[in-house]
Amino acid sequence: MIPPAYFLILSGILLSLGVAGVLIRRNALVVFMSIELMLNATNLAFVTFARLLGSVQGQVVVFFVIVVAAVEVVVGLAIIVDIFRARETVSVDDVDLLRG
Amino acid sequence: MELVVFIIAAAAALAGGVGVIASAQPVRSALSLLLVLGSLAILYLLLAAEFIAVLQVIVYAGAIVVLFLFVIMLLHERSGEGRHEKLPRQRPVGLVLATAFLGVLAYAVFTARGGALFGASLFADVPPGFGSAQGVGRVLFSAYLLPFEVASVVLLVGIVAAVVLGRARPVA
Repeated sequence: MIPPAYFLILSGILLSLGVAGVLIRRNALVVFMSIELMLNATNLAFVTFARLLGSVQGQVVVFFVIVVAAVEVVVGLAIIVDIFRARETVSVDDVDLLRG
Repeated sequence: MELVVFIIAAAAALAGGVGVIASAQPVRSALSLLLVLGSLAILYLLLAAEFIAVLQVIVYAGAIVVLFLFVIMLLHERSGEGRHEKLPRQRPVGLVLATAFLGVLAYAVFTARGGALFGASLFADVPPGFGSAQGVGRVLFSAYLLPFEVASVVLLVGIVAAVVLGRARPVA
């Protein structure tokens, strides 16, 4: 078997890549994909620990994460499309006013 | 054999992860994300999570990435990133912070249980059928029945929100 630490380190690297993406990129779509990257990294950690502990509950948590991620993507992309319709931009730097 | 599969899938996942944040064009980011999701599905299979692996391919790779690509195609060329940066030195500071974060995570993994997580024989013995649709479903529909029903409400809220946000605005 592969040591569980390998999976956890891969999960950590992917999570950090997602953090870097959110901090560095200004395109709202890419920021969003970075968030998906982070969610998937945590999913990998959950599945690893589920296997490590021999408990299926970690996989159930991943199931719920996938459900919430799907909803989040739908709502988030709808908001991005709406902002693009109003302002012709998806750069997060250009959307910095709280009033419409 | 398993180690070979792990190394290939992990390398693909890392390459995809770098591709997501480093690609100049959003389409390439989306396709890199697809690579990450597919590689993670392989890793889930290695970890005896068949149902989650299938779910990953259907929901993430099938639905979410397609939705991303759809929106990218919908928004046209001018939607790229502006040249000017509002926050100076955002890029180097972001990289430093992300690297520090990785350092903390790696420290946690290396020191957890006194470094014992690197033992190969640490995984619990799991019965056959662990992580199958039946195995996950049995827990999902007993101990997690209420969260499962709430999840369906969350999905409904998402559908309603998308319809409300997506409809044409009345001209103010």
